[in-house]
Amino acid sequence: MMRREIPLFITSVVGFIFVIRFFIPHEPFYSLEDVSSSWIQVIQAFAIWLGILNLLKVSLDKIYKKERGWGYSGVIIFSFLAISIAGFFFPLWEERPAGYSYLQHAREFLKPGTSFDWFYWYVYSPLSSTMFATLAFFIASASFRAFRARSFQATLLLLSGFVVMFGSVPVGNVLFGWLPAGWQVSDIADWVRNVPQVAGQRAIQIGIALGIISTSLRLILGLERAHLGREE
Amino acid sequence: MKVKTGVLGIGLILLLAAGAVGQWLLPPLEVGAKDAPNDAGKSLLVLWKLSPSDTKGDKAVEGYQILRARSAEGPFEPVGTAAKGDTLFTDHVPQNGTDYYYKVRALGPEGVFAESETSGPAQSKAQWFNTERVNALLAVVILVSSILYFVYKAQSGRELYIRKIAGLEEVDNAVGRATEMGKKIVFCPGRLDMDNVQTIAAVLILGRVAKLAAEYDTKLEVPNVYSMVMVSCREVVKEAFLKAGKPDAYREDDIHYITQDQFGYAAAVDGIMMRDKPAAVFYQGAFFAESLLFAETGNSIGAIQIAGTAQPAQLPFFVVACDYTLIGEELFAASAYLSKEPRLLGSLKGQDVGKVFTMAAISLGVLLATLQTLGLFPREWVAAFANLFLVR
Repeated sequence: MMRREIPLFITSVVGFIFVIRFFIPHEPFYSLEDVSSSWIQVIQAFAIWLGILNLLKVSLDKIYKKERGWGYSGVIIFSFLAISIAGFFFPLWEERPAGYSYLQHAREFLKPGTSFDWFYWYVYSPLSSTMFATLAFFIASASFRAFRARSFQATLLLLSGFVVMFGSVPVGNVLFGWLPAGWQVSDIADWVRNVPQVAGQRAIQIGIALGIISTSLRLILGLERAHLGREE
Repeated sequence: MKVKTGVLGIGLILLLAAGAVGQWLLPPLEVGAKDAPNDAGKSLLVLWKLSPSDTKGDKAVEGYQILRARSAEGPFEPVGTAAKGDTLFTDHVPQNGTDYYYKVRALGPEGVFAESETSGPAQSKAQWFNTERVNALLAVVILVSSILYFVYKAQSGRELYIRKIAGLEEVDNAVGRATEMGKKIVFCPGRLDMDNVQTIAAVLILGRVAKLAAEYDTKLEVPNVYSMVMVSCREVVKEAFLKAGKPDAYREDDIHYITQDQFGYAAAVDGIMMRDKPAAVFYQGAFFAESLLFAETGNSIGAIQIAGTAQPAQLPFFVVACDYTLIGEELFAASAYLSKEPRLLGSLKGQDVGKVFTMAAISLGVLLATLQTLGLFPREWVAAFANLFLVR
């Protein structure tokens, strides 16, 4: 009972206070945002350990039980240990600046030239970039499916895409230069971007804003409580 | 004697020159200071009328320097500068309730300046209500009242019509398909923490998916970006399994942490999909560049995919690559829609009242702006109407 009622009570009180804070710039409400932001950071700092320990436990379990794909878990454990050692203990094998204690030096693990920095630039960064780069191929395959004119809407999408694409590159106006002034393909592309596209985006955003207010109100009033582990 | 006369002569010439400069560089006029409105205090507005020397095209005034003191006699310390043509400066003072005095200097070329009379005293203080947000308060009151009204109506047994949301209708089928195929379900609750409403909405949907998964004995995996979200997801899934009478089927490690790194998470989820080939994948919550990486991978393995996000930039990717997509507000409506709980459905109807008001305001604004373009309505009135909806 208390396990759910206390979080509900906290949600309601904090929710109401923050709504009030938006309209009252006076203390004690004014500084609540900064205070809560600090609290969130403290909680997140502790919570990250929860995540790390869970990741290690799940990965070690997979290795121990030789579950399918356990090799990937091995890579996780190895990477975790390597980057942790590089971050925490690099002053043990790297030259320490004159007059620096071990801890003073250890605080500079982000500086260029450290082992941690090496891992960042030569392991982490290329891997991240690789993942991001695959997006280009996925966009191509997704576009191929989306732009097949199978229905009226899909045809409309295809035509809009065609116009916006040609309107965004110089060759578009060369190929369609015979169109009258003001009706050039770049003008039509600008219109598509600035009128129907913006109208659609704003409609979605207004719906989202109302949805957020409605959901927040349900949470503050305690009508919505499934996220606490009880589905009404 | 001749040398002394020469020095005196040069001094006289310099004094005359300075006097001449002083004549064409005049100080700003009517300097005043007052408390900045609608704030938490510690701010004063310093206002003045432009120096008569500050004219367009004339380079006599290069800018203004604002000086502050705690007494009318000084000493005055510079606290900031304002550009040529400016007549307002916001000074952030150290204390509320303390008298401050101001002078404003018109700055000329080569360090020449002309100083105003002393102005003040002025005191800063915090306000108890931000009058610029009256419109927002009114909107909140209308929206909250309508939501509460419809919640009350729903509780008293009135049947409410809610349009069908295809993506949510398909949740049961997606779980059923996974059961028939003997494959798992993957649920991604977005890439933001529990302080984001989208994540909360995602966790609420997870409750329904987990309940079905428990009833059908289907494995459910929830890879997480944040450990706080992981804990919430565990609570919800555990409760769903308990409610389905299958507490033994609940496996805590199926709801696990991955990483807070964007592409690390993307690689891990793609890996899970490629290795385990889940039959159904749910992407609910806030997603960014990884949305298409997920959706295309899911598409390539033939999984039924149901996405839902309030990130407008990611919606096209989900629409293209997923079978069903909850667009914006549908994500927030999902919990009420799936639970069929009258109180929650009532809140959706109340939300519709907000939409009606918004549409009416937009339509009226379009009409007025059109009339103004045709010269049938004053521009100032259209601007005043638009300002009614501006929240500062």
